Amino acid sequence: MRAVIVNEVRQGFYLDSVALMRVSRTIANLNGIDKAALMMGTPANRKIMKDAGLLDDVGASAAGGDLVIGIRAKDLKTAEQALLQSQAMLDQPAADAGSVSWRPKTLRSAFKSAPDANFALISVPGEFAVAEARKAISQGLHTMIFSDNIDLAEEASLKQEAREVGRLVMGPDCGTAIINGVPLAFANRVPRGGIGIIGASGTGTQEVCCLIAQYGSGISHAIGVGGRDLKSEVGGISTLMALDAMESDTSTSHIVLISKPPPADVAARVLDRIAKMDKPATVCFIGADELPMPANAKQVFSLKNAAQTACGMGNEFMNAKVPEIIDTVPARRKQIRGLFSGGTLCAEAQIIFRAAEEAVISNTPIPGVLSLGVAKSGNTLLDLGDDKYTQGNPHPMIDPSVRDDAIIEALKDDSVAVILADVVIGYGAHYDPAGHLAGTITTHQPTYGPLVITSVTGTDGDPQVRSVQMSKLEAVGILVAPTNADAASWALSAIRSKA
Amino acid sequence: MSEPEFKKLLDEPLSVINAGLERFAQDLDQQGVKVVHVDWAPPAGGDSEFVKLLSRLETLSHGQEALTKRIEDANQKALKRMLSGDPVLVDVIPASEAIPELKEHMILHAGPPIGWNRMCGPMRGAVAGIAVFEGWAPDLKTAEGMATEGAFDFQPNHQFDAVGPMTGMTTISQPLLAVENRRFGNRAFCAINEGLGKVMRFGGNDDEVLNRLRWIRDVLGPTMGAALRAGDGMPLKGLVARGLSMGDEMHQRNIACSGLALRAMSPALAATATDTTILSDVLAFIAGNDQFFLNIAMAMGKAVMDPVRGIDASSLVTAMSRNGTDFGIQVSGTGETWFTAPVEMPEGLYFPGFTEADANPDMGDSTIVETIGLGGFAMGAAPAVAGFVGAGAASDAASYTRNMGEITLGENPEWTIPALDYLGVPTGIDIRLVVETGLAPTINTGIAHKDPGVGQVGAGVVRAPMACFKQALLAFAESVGVS
Repeated sequence: MRAVIVNEVRQGFYLDSVALMRVSRTIANLNGIDKAALMMGTPANRKIMKDAGLLDDVGASAAGGDLVIGIRAKDLKTAEQALLQSQAMLDQPAADAGSVSWRPKTLRSAFKSAPDANFALISVPGEFAVAEARKAISQGLHTMIFSDNIDLAEEASLKQEAREVGRLVMGPDCGTAIINGVPLAFANRVPRGGIGIIGASGTGTQEVCCLIAQYGSGISHAIGVGGRDLKSEVGGISTLMALDAMESDTSTSHIVLISKPPPADVAARVLDRIAKMDKPATVCFIGADELPMPANAKQVFSLKNAAQTACGMGNEFMNAKVPEIIDTVPARRKQIRGLFSGGTLCAEAQIIFRAAEEAVISNTPIPGVLSLGVAKSGNTLLDLGDDKYTQGNPHPMIDPSVRDDAIIEALKDDSVAVILADVVIGYGAHYDPAGHLAGTITTHQPTYGPLVITSVTGTDGDPQVRSVQMSKLEAVGILVAPTNADAASWALSAIRSKA
Repeated sequence: MSEPEFKKLLDEPLSVINAGLERFAQDLDQQGVKVVHVDWAPPAGGDSEFVKLLSRLETLSHGQEALTKRIEDANQKALKRMLSGDPVLVDVIPASEAIPELKEHMILHAGPPIGWNRMCGPMRGAVAGIAVFEGWAPDLKTAEGMATEGAFDFQPNHQFDAVGPMTGMTTISQPLLAVENRRFGNRAFCAINEGLGKVMRFGGNDDEVLNRLRWIRDVLGPTMGAALRAGDGMPLKGLVARGLSMGDEMHQRNIACSGLALRAMSPALAATATDTTILSDVLAFIAGNDQFFLNIAMAMGKAVMDPVRGIDASSLVTAMSRNGTDFGIQVSGTGETWFTAPVEMPEGLYFPGFTEADANPDMGDSTIVETIGLGGFAMGAAPAVAGFVGAGAASDAASYTRNMGEITLGENPEWTIPALDYLGVPTGIDIRLVVETGLAPTINTGIAHKDPGVGQVGAGVVRAPMACFKQALLAFAESVGVS
């Protein structure tokens, strides 16, 4: 190959050597270019260029204050094009790279960046979550741990340590909280008001918050405590701390406690604490039998009843009118297939079924409901957010498509009369779960297929907007009940109308 | 009943630190809630052995109060010694006077200990050159033969209160810059910077290189020494502070400090120089070398770090250095032990006609500059240098400095960076934090040709090898009774 050398001298044109080296590298990397250099024409630089075989008579005549462009290419045309490009790069003002925003890589340096921080939200993998939470607590931060897969003994010791320094640990496995009107992780935008919620369940707290909003009341704070806080090993440390805080919080006038049924010792401790308060409380131990309650507390058995009681709607619980279309399901279809993304919503549906004495199977059975492994056919209510389904998969509230296969299978199953599905919106959730569900149903719904009954947990203040989500479902013939409990009741009406 | 501590949170606006799912931080940010998102990664890259070790050494958990306090106290003491150092350039004296242990045929080199058989090309070239310069060999070829036969006693600079750039040759007759740490009374030494291009520190060894060294020995050294002795020396702390505000980071960019140093020395040089030709030559040499200050900064770094050595239970790095073959670090709590790993290749920009294929792996004692919080650690002060990172934009410079803040114990309140709202340079590298974060120190460096005698071919950025820090952490853990 016969190389061609092209030089150009720009008199009195100065550029920093680093800037010139960057242009040089770009030009040298062009196709057909052997070598290229842009340097100030000092004697030392001219010697470097000469040694590199980049200098001709033009460049050799340059002075120290001149810029020399030297290009060696396979032919003249290539060299001249490269020369044009290097000139263009010299004349072009540097593109604004945009200010690169730096982020701390450790909590330690985050504390330095935000010395006023008072709250840590931790969702790192479970094996590392406790160590990170300890750092936050030792810095005086209250901590919400979204992560799960944390050893129960570790949870207990972490909460004990935090309690000693007056810090609250929300979680592990705490999905939902609203503090000072700020929704954290999976939570909804609800009006502020006098009802304080303490929840050991994420979707349970979401449903109750949203129904309270729907009934025209508001939330002071919703404090998550994690699903195992009321286990004997932990002893309700966070729940008791939250009760203490709610008692002295003047914005809270009524307290709602939501949890799975606790063991007797912990239940007694928590109820004793409630008994000492001068504020009324609503206690919803999901799936529990009737327990003796203190005078200032009322036990309720569903999320809907919890919200209605807290809103002072008394004992006359309102049930939504069952739509007439329920009667159109073909008689040979007899079963209900519940496909839930929210665990507590699935549990509440089981409560409705159990109360109606309708046999049902679940992968997360409440007392009195058959386990999936035991019974194979019949009404089935599945929590698709259960660990067993989410290992290696996103949670269905984040990615509704993980529910698609189960929905399609149910649509094609001749024995299925009703598909019961929840739609949970709000911060953290998918941006359009109703749109996704409507799309799946319209694509796969056979003629005379099963009814689809849903409810939307959320508010019109949420980014997805509840009324918009409801319209998307109704537009494709999906029934939308006002609450999760009503959706379950409608499903029961549908199969019982055949009887 | 008194109000519970936790209740306060219900009355305050939230200020959240989010670690994990970024979505949660975005949601909060959209709602106008103050949130800092942590770009979180598993500690120690998820290496369970080191995760366990780090939690016992108190960066990942607490619980062993006594050990926590012991390490923290030791590190605070070390950091305090660093920050209270008062380095002053006091003299230029012959190496024989500065380092009495130096003898004929003894060669101090950069980096951790190394013998001739493992030395890289440029280091061998420099050895041959310096042997001719000292008159130990008539020519380069003979010098190489002598080296092969074991005629020279090779020792690391760091062992003799000295540092040297790149190959770092220090021998008996060279003039050395002397920096005194007036707070602690110790001195440290470094040869004078030879200028850019073909020079001995990059392995250059021809007549041009050797003649320049002779002029430095016979003219520049004595002239500078006389000027410095005429006054009370040149205090360096303030000078470096001004250099930082003028865009220097003191490793790859020393333009401002070289100018400031020349300005400070000029009157005394004029007053003490024996004739005007010498004065003119000396002024021209210093003025013509943008990196002149680098060697002063290195001696300063050594003078500041030496009093920090040997503090029991301190995990602070006292030296980082490389010999072109190995990268080595020393840690206060583990004394003089070197922890070494194969040195890495710099990534950077090359002079015309040269490519990565010509480059020698990273080399020199100049990383003492990063050890005291300058160089790659002060990149935010010198956006012009950030171009060396390759594709990195000038605006990336600040991120380099902030990232180094993740692995250091504090900031230097006197050495601040105006563009970072006067953030102090990150100071006091803690080996525990390096291993925990997986962030190795960033080093700004020159790149030498891999063959002897060619010289500098580019400049760039290199990372200290993580393996050095992991080894050091294991030894440190043992030194405090944790295994």
